[in-house]
Amino acid sequence: MPNPKSAYSEPSKISRSQRHIIVVWVDNAAGVLARVIGLFSGRGYNIESLAVAEVDRKQHMSRITIVSMGTPEAIQQIRSQLSKQLCVHKVAVFKRDDENILFRELALFKIKSTKKNQEKVKKACKKYNSVVLDKTKNSFVIQVTALRRDIDKLIETIRPHGLISVSRTGAVAMTKGAEVFN
Amino acid sequence: MPKLLSGAEIVFKALEDQNVSHVFGYPGGAVLPIYDELKNHKSIKHILVRHEQGAGHAAEGYARSSGKPGVVLVTSGPGATNVVTALADAYMDSIPLVCITGQVPTHLIGTDAFQECDTTGITRPCTKYNWLVKDVNDLAEVLHKAFEVATSGRPGPVLVDIPKDVQFKKAPYVFKTKKVSKSLNGSKSETLSDKKLDQLIDLMKKSSKPIFYTGGGVINSGPEASKLLRELVAITGFPITSTLQGLGAFPGSDSNFLGMLGMHGTYEANSAMHDCDLMINIGARFDDRITGKIDEFSPKSKKVHVDIDPSSIDKNVKVDLAFISDVNIFLSALVNRFKSKNKNFVDVNKNKIEKWWNQINKWRAKNSLGFKNSDTIIKPQYAVQRLYELTKNKDTYITTEVGQHQMWAAQHYKFDEPNRWMTSGGLGTMGFGLPAAIGVQLAHPGKLVVDIAGEASVLMTMQEMSTAVQYKLPIKIFILNNEYMGMVRQWQELLHDKNYSESYTAALPDFVKLAEAYGCVGIRATKPSELDEKIKEMIEVDRPVIFDCLVDKMENCFPMIPSGKAHNQMILGPEEEKEISDEGKILV
Repeated sequence: MPNPKSAYSEPSKISRSQRHIIVVWVDNAAGVLARVIGLFSGRGYNIESLAVAEVDRKQHMSRITIVSMGTPEAIQQIRSQLSKQLCVHKVAVFKRDDENILFRELALFKIKSTKKNQEKVKKACKKYNSVVLDKTKNSFVIQVTALRRDIDKLIETIRPHGLISVSRTGAVAMTKGAEVFN
Repeated sequence: MPKLLSGAEIVFKALEDQNVSHVFGYPGGAVLPIYDELKNHKSIKHILVRHEQGAGHAAEGYARSSGKPGVVLVTSGPGATNVVTALADAYMDSIPLVCITGQVPTHLIGTDAFQECDTTGITRPCTKYNWLVKDVNDLAEVLHKAFEVATSGRPGPVLVDIPKDVQFKKAPYVFKTKKVSKSLNGSKSETLSDKKLDQLIDLMKKSSKPIFYTGGGVINSGPEASKLLRELVAITGFPITSTLQGLGAFPGSDSNFLGMLGMHGTYEANSAMHDCDLMINIGARFDDRITGKIDEFSPKSKKVHVDIDPSSIDKNVKVDLAFISDVNIFLSALVNRFKSKNKNFVDVNKNKIEKWWNQINKWRAKNSLGFKNSDTIIKPQYAVQRLYELTKNKDTYITTEVGQHQMWAAQHYKFDEPNRWMTSGGLGTMGFGLPAAIGVQLAHPGKLVVDIAGEASVLMTMQEMSTAVQYKLPIKIFILNNEYMGMVRQWQELLHDKNYSESYTAALPDFVKLAEAYGCVGIRATKPSELDEKIKEMIEVDRPVIFDCLVDKMENCFPMIPSGKAHNQMILGPEEEKEISDEGKILV
């Protein structure tokens, strides 16, 4: 739409949105997650996955891992805004293709099907550290840990074999080697 | 066992320990225990407003003119939602406010109780920080932290939500002076290394087209920062321009001052910003009303940015050298370093920037703030000029509403001192000026406080005249009455083929009678010849005044950078507007 009548300027070059992983260490207190998430939702950004849990009970510190699409400029701005929040201790941002970062996601699948199909599912899940957590005559719950995209693929593979429920944690991340995020 | 105080007592104890003199507020069910306690604390004066938004803006006026945080006390639900506009306004313009809201009792939170709303949820994006205090043992610490967060680093509003049962419950009072350890919106200034300062000084020495671009950060940094800024300009001889919020940090009447920059800034300021080779931004934030089209913003310059908030750096404009620092600290380091190394710099450097000044003076000669005056009808610019001439020898404080009158005030009223100019810049809140004037007058008894207003804006918070009368605050509401929402009408004229959709107010009150109804003084001026005499009458009355100044209805505010255009593509006046109207319509 060229030059609509407006009292605001036209956007010039807009950078391409890229997938970013943002790790935030925060006080484990009421309202803190909303404060962090608000910086994304306020810019109209969807959060693809979110993993949060207390990692240090003594200091009441939680670690949040967020996967979101955004332009590098906007993500940088979110990072600066996060860094100055009273409840935020530390922020790390990196791209999905960063080779120094490990990613994992955990998923639970519930399968209801014939014995034959059940075996097919178990076989497909095997290479993702699968553990069967619950079993009945015609169903079972299985846990896998893998990369996001592998879980996406796995779901498509096992869907025809009686997949009736999926639960995923969202990605968590950690640096390789002896380094930690700074 | 330490003495136990109720939550309500703790609130006042904390306010006393923070040396709060005024609280702007409005009582209601969920804050009654706090109001009940008010009578026991004589050092704190409560100002009863007529609407909670008024309390917020009055507190902003108080804060902006005094440098101290403004304090607001309102009830839950509608009390809190009514104050949201003022919080958002203070957040955008970095004004320290501490807002205390009542909340329904803890056990009723989340049950849709009477006058309940999720106050901390609603205000989270428009405060620097907020707290819901569910345990009275945390209250004292949270209140003191609230003051510290509001006033440190980049100042801003904070909110403390206190459920009614917490106001009754008892706890020991603690006044922890412990500093908040984390950098609050960048309160942690970087250590300014000589090496980095020398980098800047080197840029300054090499530049043949330098400019200082200063903003509200200079004001927020305190009067000392304004003094240092004057010294910096004096020892460099560089031209200086200011944002709307920064007016007064450098004397408007000084010859190095190019006037305000931006959408309605002067031709010389914007042209100099566009053509400069070194731009030193001190305490401003590259707002979109300043930069115009970002790709063509000052294409040939090295840019230096001094800001206390790290998230302001590289937000809108990439800079070459950034200092995360309080302005005062930065300027004192720079001025000292500069002086010790460059004696007589102004004389030595004179030739180097002589051409630049010649060019600037050519731009100046265009007289971009000029307008065709009239003998029969009051031109709004003329009204502001006369107001300035007749009040400049007093220590006058000006507030404004939002719109054309605000821009004319910024263009034609010259400020020589900081903290004299209170206007809603970032959020652009119509209705700001009248309650803000109340706050200013309370902070500066005996001083002349004028709200330069538009008739549309001022009607949004007109009820606060009743507050001014109650507390005998002789504020002057100087209305440039053109019966239109002038800025809306101007944009409709320029952008929407003169389709004046809903921008004319067909039924306005008689402002003189309205003044009388409120118990204050009404004055009306209808022709240029009587203007001076009437303004003098307004100044001399020691009571609140509503001044109805009937001005030219169709006057537009020039010069103007049409949005989407660069600094060097200003429209200077109505004549030029016709020439480029076709192109302008599309591009603005």
